[in-house]
This record gives sequence, structure tokens and C-alpha cells, in this order.
Amino acid sequence: MIWLLCGIVLMGVSGLAGLIGSRARDGGQKLACALILVGVTLCLPALLKVLAPTATVINWRWAVPGGQFLLELDAISAAFILPLLLVVALGAIYGLGYWRHREHPANATKLQIFYGLISAAMIVLLLARNSLLFLMAWEVMALAGYFLITTEDHKPEVCRAGFIYLIATHSGTLALFGAFALLGTGQPGALSWPAAASFSSPQAGLIFILALFGFGMKAGLMPLHIWLPGAHAAAPSHASALLSGVMIKTGIYGLVRLTSFFAEIPAWWGWTLLLLGVVSGIFGVALAIAQHDIKRLLAYHSVENIGIIALGLGLALLGRSYNQPTLVVLGLAGCLLHVANHGLFKSLLFLSAGSMIHGVGTREIDQYGGLLKRQPLTGLFFLGGAVAICGLPPFNGFISEWLIYLASFKVLNSPSGVLSLSLLTAPALALIGGLALACFVKVFGISFGGEPRTAAAASAHEAPATMLWPMGIFLLACAFIGLLPSQLAPLLNRAAAQWQGQDHPLPLSLGGPLAPLAAISLAGWILVVLLALVFWRLRRCSQGARRDLGTWGCGYPFPSPKMQYTASSFGDSLVRLFNFGLWSKRHGGRPDGLFPATSSFESHTPDLFLDRLFSPAFQGAAWLMHGVRRLIQNGVAAIYLLYSALTLLVLLALLTR
Amino acid sequence: MSTLLLLIVILINFYVLGSARLVACIRAVALQGALLSLLPLVAHGPSGHALILGVGALLFKGIFIPWLLLRAIREVRIRREVEPYIGFVPTLFLGALVTAGAFVFADFLPLAAEHHAGLYVPAALSTMAGGFLLLMTRRKAITQVLGYLMLENGIFIFAILLSAAIPLMVEAGILLDLLVGVFVMGIVLNQISREFATLNTERLTALKE
Repeated sequence: MIWLLCGIVLMGVSGLAGLIGSRARDGGQKLACALILVGVTLCLPALLKVLAPTATVINWRWAVPGGQFLLELDAISAAFILPLLLVVALGAIYGLGYWRHREHPANATKLQIFYGLISAAMIVLLLARNSLLFLMAWEVMALAGYFLITTEDHKPEVCRAGFIYLIATHSGTLALFGAFALLGTGQPGALSWPAAASFSSPQAGLIFILALFGFGMKAGLMPLHIWLPGAHAAAPSHASALLSGVMIKTGIYGLVRLTSFFAEIPAWWGWTLLLLGVVSGIFGVALAIAQHDIKRLLAYHSVENIGIIALGLGLALLGRSYNQPTLVVLGLAGCLLHVANHGLFKSLLFLSAGSMIHGVGTREIDQYGGLLKRQPLTGLFFLGGAVAICGLPPFNGFISEWLIYLASFKVLNSPSGVLSLSLLTAPALALIGGLALACFVKVFGISFGGEPRTAAAASAHEAPATMLWPMGIFLLACAFIGLLPSQLAPLLNRAAAQWQGQDHPLPLSLGGPLAPLAAISLAGWILVVLLALVFWRLRRCSQGARRDLGTWGCGYPFPSPKMQYTASSFGDSLVRLFNFGLWSKRHGGRPDGLFPATSSFESHTPDLFLDRLFSPAFQGAAWLMHGVRRLIQNGVAAIYLLYSALTLLVLLALLTR
Repeated sequence: MSTLLLLIVILINFYVLGSARLVACIRAVALQGALLSLLPLVAHGPSGHALILGVGALLFKGIFIPWLLLRAIREVRIRREVEPYIGFVPTLFLGALVTAGAFVFADFLPLAAEHHAGLYVPAALSTMAGGFLLLMTRRKAITQVLGYLMLENGIFIFAILLSAAIPLMVEAGILLDLLVGVFVMGIVLNQISREFATLNTERLTALKE
């Protein structure tokens, strides 16, 4: 465990290496990256021992009142830390090529410092077992996240995104202070956390609501996701990967950890999470389809995936309330596995999006086109990530969504009539998966297929090796989980047991008849072999084909970008389907007559909650408060004196018996 | 004896609240200060502590500050308070109300048993309230200084109850505070009259953001 701490400290201070040496060279950055890699390596031995029967604990005295430096590594923490380490290490390597000191002398050092700091803070947060330590790490993480988002702080839209993030994260933290204060009341240990499934409080409902607000704000559950699209679009790609792949998961971790304390779980907790999960999933992906900025689009997919994770957690909570152990195991395993999976494939997607942005110089999908010929490896990696995020075999997204499907079908066996309502999770999940597939067909088709739409896309270049290797490793990790899921079953089993407060292994476990992981793995391998065969066959058949014609050009030799779908037009049929919830702004329309004049079509979808609800509401509130302030603070000295007289009177009145 | 003194103090409150003539007001407040300087001797007997307190109060409240104010008034040449925010009769009425309120209120305050007897607490409260009323309802800066003085007199009455417990230094501090306050106000007064050719504080409203 002491090595783990050393690793965390090394990561935390790694960015300071960037301060050494000249800004015009990359030496400091390479040193920082090496420090992060060493730190990650030092963390690994402790994680490998997580399945051992004795827990790894550090318990030091801490001078802060109520605080205790108590770190513990259990299976739940490990399930979050493992993907974190991979994302941090690969992101740091990627940064060497993507955000070189030499090319960004103004902000690369800052980025490097906060990249290391946020990684260390997140690991401490995931290990902490004391409210004060947790909140401290939480705030360090939140503020470091702000500096990652505002890396390019000379751009006004970046500053706006950072500002919204700051407001959101602080209101979330406020709610968390309340939740942890309530958790601490009436306990002997006050701010140290209770053991799993041992805590009960008359204010449990209030604690849950506050935690749901605070953690849900960080995780990006639907009405609270407002900070997420702007922030992820504004940050540099490997920072977005860290924010989206790992940081928002700390919100999920908080919910998982907090719900594990309670001995009794009211049924409405599970139902609430299930409802929020469905809303986030469906509207997240619908909003994603309507976006044309690739990073905003990926950010909305984070909302969608958080929705899927919430579905898993909601099912597990319902299993606790209605006493259905199979539901608990499958739901929680699906939730935790999807956390890891989303961390991997979303990072992969953000890194390949970064490679596209690096090559073309814009985030607008409408300016890409034909990139597969110019960036073949990036295209391959992006395709792998897209298949994984759509929940298709043989990649990892399929496994976790499949576990959640299994959980939602298991409710049919239960005698409770109300519980069978949660069967509706399955169609919702199917809808989310289908829409995600449509969305990635759009992104991949518009960006990588067809002809280049702009000169920049035509002259795009492949990314350097330091950027390609991390993406390749991510793809391998996705395939590993997808093809050999039974390797992770022991960890997930143990996490599910610890979540319910049982130390011995559960009688039920994944991998047996509950979830035939071996069969899935076999099916995955067969699919891979079949795909390879088909690919080989196509390759052989196409050897004699002409290379100068477009593949689907029907022999027409001069395809032009005008003949291709734009991002707006491709998504339009689906966007119109969800227009009741999206309220897209559509400009232009259909050409008419036999010889129509030139016409154009574009659609633009502002965020439903941020731009349509919160912004106007807060502006109204600000206007009202401004008026009130002008009324109260009117500059007339006599009125101010009246205020002090009234204050005096009220104080005296309070003192009287 | 103390009851009589305090009754006169309360009556002077009413006189100041109801009078428009500034010179008369200043003299009335000076008289109030002088009467109050007798109060420590009456309340605690002729001890050294009470003597110093009484002489200090007489010098500052009864002589020095009124002299400063009268000088200031001669320089800026005003005699009357015109157009207060609230007229003289309503102010008097409000003063009567708060005085009655102070008497009622004093019974409810959690005080030591020996302080409940006598007029000290109601007189202190009503003088403070009267000072506040004066501060709030008048426009001329000089009347506001008078209000401030009256407020201070109310606090002084309250302090006499505790003067056995309060060290001399604290009382000296209060008096010094008062003196500095009057000096600052005097300077402000001259500045206002130089800048705006008037002493109406409502012109200061233009200074707000």
C-alpha cells in the first residue's frame, strides 16, 4: 500500500517537471510523462492483490478535526481505479504528440500540472474512507478539472464552458457537504464511513436526494448534465478522455459507495435512478445525433452511457429493496463493468477524435470526409471504439449491456408485481443501443467515408506514433474485455459481495448459469474468425478492381462533396422524430419545382436544459435580484440608518424573555 | 434624584425632536449631556471613578462638543431645519410611541434584578431611539450630528448601570470615539457645504454607484 501512495504522489507532482527547462523544448513534458508512467506502475502491485482475503488499509492520524487519513482498497474501488490508471497513462503518452510544449508554449505546462494533479486526486478520492478526506480530494479533483477545461483560456467559449462547469461542480459539492454532514450525525465515528449495509438513519431519504444531486451533477445525469457538453468540447482531447472516461465516473462511484452503507434501501431509490437512467440514455443519444461538433457529440454520448450505468445501479438497488440477489449481482456487475468499459472506449473515441482534429484542424464533422484514406489507422481505431460504444460484439460494450439486459429479464422470475415494471428497462436499453448505432453510422460515414469536403480534409495527415499507440492499446483492452470477460468475473463478484456487506463470496456468482460468460466469449471468438474470413475473401475478390473509382459510386468517376449527406441532413429524420424533446432550430428546406434554385439545409440543436431552461431562469433571477438590490441599496443615508435601527430592534426582541 | 434627572433627559429628547431651531437644539443636547454628567455621582456616590467619569462627560458632552457645533453653525450660516423627511409633529408622535415602547420593552429584557428598578433602562432605550429618529428624519448634516450625540447619550445612560463593572479605559474609549466622530462629521459638514453650497445630506445620494 505504501507503494501505491508513492505512486499517487509521483503522479500528483509529475506536472511540476514541466517547469524545469525551456518552454521551447519537450524535455520537461517527457519527464512528466515518465513520472506518470512510473507512478502508474507503482500502483499496480497493490491492485493485483485486491482479491486476497486481507484488505489493504492505511490508517494514519490526521490533525484535521474529525478527519482521519483512512485509505482502503477494496474491489469496488479497484473496479474504478483499474481503468483510471490505463486512461491516465495512455493519455499522458498521447499528450506527447497531441499537445507538445513546443507547439503550445502558453498552456502546455499548466495542462501537464493539472493532468497529474487530477489523476492523483481521483485515486485518493476512490480510496478514501473518511468524509473529510473524500471531500478534500473531491474539491482538488473538481478544481483541477476546471483548469483542464480552461486550458485554452484565451477563447471566450472555453471560458464560458469553464464557468458553467465551475457553477455546476460547486453547487454539487454544496449538496455533498449536506449529505455527508447528515451521514455523520448520530454516529460515534462521526466522519469516518460506516461499514457496508450497517447504517440506518431517519434522514436516509434526504441523504440520498442530496447525494443524488451532488454526485449526479458530476456524473452528468440528464437534467444535471448541463456542464458536460461544453466542457468536454473545450478541453484538449486527452484531457477530455480523462474527464469523460474517468472523472464523471467518480459521481457514479459516490452513488455506489453511499448506497452501500445503508442496511435498508427504500424501493423509490431504485425507481428514481431507473427513471433518470432511461431519460439520460434516450435523450443523451438523441441530442448526440443532433450535434455536428464531434467532441460535443461524444460528450452527449457520455450522458447516454451514464444513463446505462444508472440503469444497472437502479436495478441493483431494486434487487436490494425487493430482496432479489440475482438482480443485485447482475445489475451491479453490469454497472461497474460498464463504468470500466465506458472509460476505455470513450477514451479511445476521444483520442481518435483528437487525431482527426489534429489532422484536419476543426471539430466540425461537416468539414471532414474521406478521412479513411488519409488516416487509415485512426479510422480503424475510431471504428473499433464506435462498435464498442454501440454495444455490439465482439467488444466490451456488449458484455456490460448484456449483463444489464439479463438483470432486467430476471425480474420476470420474481413474485412481486411492481418489480416487473422494471422489465421496461430492456426496451429502453434497446432503443438507446439502436440510436447510438445510428449516431455512429452518421459520424463514421460523414467523417471517414465519401470524398473530402474541404481542402483541409483533403490534405489531412496521419497522427504520429505517440498518438497511435495509446489508441491501439485502448482498442486491445476493449477487445480483451469483450473476448475474455470471465477474467473479470471474480473482481465483479467480490465487488457485488462487498457492496452488500458480505465478506465471504456469494453463493451466486457470475460465470455460472447466472451469466454464461464462457459461452459469450466463445461466440465472440467465432464472430472474430468469421469477420476475418469475410475480410480476407473480400480482399481477394477486390484485387482486380479499379482503384480510381469510388467504391459506391456506381461507376461515376467524379463524385463531389455536394452529392454527400451532410451531418445535418443525415441526422434529420431521427432528430425530427425526437423534436418534441429537442426543439432543434432548422434552417432552409426542401427545393421545389423542376429546376430548383440552390438551396441549403442546416439544423442546430441547443441544449434543452442549459440553453432553454437554466440560462433563461438564471438570467431572470439575476434581473430580479438586481432590481431588489437597487431597491434596498438606494443610496439614501436615512434608509440605511433605518436598517440599522430595525436590526437593533430585532436583536433586542430576540433577547427578551 | 436620578429619576428626576432621567425624566428631564427624556423631556429634552422630545424638545429636540420637535424643534426646528438648530441653536436651540444644540443647547438642549448640551444640557442633556451636562445633566447626564451628574448621573454617575448620583448613582454610585462620590467615588473617584464616578468623579472622573462625570467631569469627563461634562467637559466633552456639555461644553466642548456643543461649542464645536455652534462654531460650525456660525461658519456655514444656517439657523433652521427646513423640510425634514418626516414632519415635526409626526416625529414627535413617533418619539412618544418609541418612548412608550421602551418602557414596555424594558420590563421584558433579561436584566439583573437590581437594574429593573428605576428609569435607567427605559430612559436609555428611549434616548437611543430618539437619536435614531433624529438621524433618520432630518436632512441637515448638523441635525444628524445631534442625533448621533443623543444616541451616544443613551448608550452612556446604559453604561452607568454597569460602570461599577466597566473599567475606566472602556468609558474613556467611548468618549474618545464620540469626539473623533464629531470631528469627522464637522469636517464632512464643511466639505459638503463647500461642494454643494448646502448642508442637505440628500445630495449625497448622487454619490451612490
